[in-house]
Amino acid sequence: MYTVSDLRKGLKITIDDEPYIVIAFDFLKPGKGQALYRTKLRNMITGLIIDRTYRPGDTFEPASLEERDMQFLYKEGDQYHFMDNQTFEQMVIQEETLADAKNFLTENMNVKVLMFRDRPIGVDLPNFVNLRVIKTEMWVKGDTSKADYKPATVETGYVLRVPPFIEEGELITIDTRTGEYSTRVKE
Amino acid sequence: MGSPVIKNWALARRRNNLEKRATIIQTIRKFFIDQGYLEIETPHRIPTPAPDSYIDAMACGDWFLHPSPEICMKRILAAGYEKIFQLCRCWREGERGRLHSPEFTLLEWYRAGEDYQTLMDECEELIQTVARSIGLEGRIHFENREIELIRPWEKIAVRSAFDRYAHLSMEEALSKNLFDEVMVNEIEPSLGIKKPTFLYDYPAERGAMARLKREDPSLAERFELYIGGIELANAFVELIDAEEQRSRFHQENANRRSLNKPLYPLPEKLLEEMNTMPPSLGVALGVDRLVMVLLGASSIDEVVAFNPEEL
Repeated sequence: MYTVSDLRKGLKITIDDEPYIVIAFDFLKPGKGQALYRTKLRNMITGLIIDRTYRPGDTFEPASLEERDMQFLYKEGDQYHFMDNQTFEQMVIQEETLADAKNFLTENMNVKVLMFRDRPIGVDLPNFVNLRVIKTEMWVKGDTSKADYKPATVETGYVLRVPPFIEEGELITIDTRTGEYSTRVKE
Repeated sequence: MGSPVIKNWALARRRNNLEKRATIIQTIRKFFIDQGYLEIETPHRIPTPAPDSYIDAMACGDWFLHPSPEICMKRILAAGYEKIFQLCRCWREGERGRLHSPEFTLLEWYRAGEDYQTLMDECEELIQTVARSIGLEGRIHFENREIELIRPWEKIAVRSAFDRYAHLSMEEALSKNLFDEVMVNEIEPSLGIKKPTFLYDYPAERGAMARLKREDPSLAERFELYIGGIELANAFVELIDAEEQRSRFHQENANRRSLNKPLYPLPEKLLEEMNTMPPSLGVALGVDRLVMVLLGASSIDEVVAFNPEEL
């Protein structure tokens, strides 16, 4: 059982017997009023997005999902091929089912595939992944007036904001929960 | 590899925001000193907070960290000080989000007087002065909008705001116990969009320490200031009737009991001294949010040196 204080992006709960994932979360408190927890939830089967506002005291059942350890093998068009680490059985997951996770999948990565009634409905990634920068602008060294982020493209095609000192070819750590740059990997 | 790379990049890139925050705080201080206010410091750690249904104080030993300095500030008013202000840290348990941190910076100012128009004028002058101090001339850029600071600002009664923006009336929202949900989901996003907006005349049950209107006691003399949909300040014509205040504190504690929250002892010294309080006006303004809005930041986390998760 979860309470409102467990609500955060990525939490999976059951509503009307179906699994939902929290995709946006905001804590609100109108002046002199009660705390409210506003969420955007995506139905993990239909993809439908709903808005729900909860109050302190509300509780949630965790989504009843089976997790299977699998390895990402390769991508073919919008089909992602995985292999079950125990049975060696292969499985295809459509790009749209993967949602944001597709931004962080590299070949041979171990993930947890989430199954609902024997159907894959998503994957759980490690909180942090290392991805190589394949494209970003040069940084003029010593230019401290631009203490801000610049765009960079990583090997999966995902574009994010990185500090200006990051160069092409470098490996960076990304927080998969927020999709944001975390740190540079020393090689 | 050349010069060493700064490890805490998130902090390093906040320098511009932190410099402007410092200017804003210095400007606030100078504004009140210039207006003849006395700057006050009161203890952060107090024996009991003012009981409030929805504000949970953080325990500190046998006492509490103050959720606002209001109890001590009012005792100072009751002792005959007529214009006082305080800039301080406050703590509220369990509040965390884009606009909330369990530790935050609050500005409170109080003055003798009865007309809350005076306070609205002061809010306008303060925020215009602060905006000018960081180079904003007459408008704020916030969330892809231009918000004009030219006076007069917009003023709308809570009841009218429900009629204009919500799918049900204020009375219906209260009777269906949906006041807060409708406020955050339907009304607040429309407030302070073209100009800052004062939302005033709250239902009586939403003004624990506010005086009720003489001509309509179902309403409390309270207003909130919004800019860009964000609530920045709360103001009251202060309640100065100790017996009335005592019964409201009991009501707040009764609400707390029904919510399974711990009850707070009443602030007896304030109640003893309250009857010598002159008619007074008071405002509490969230400084982190003000800085956030003026700088066009998307969260208070961007305008403080550290947020709780970074410690």
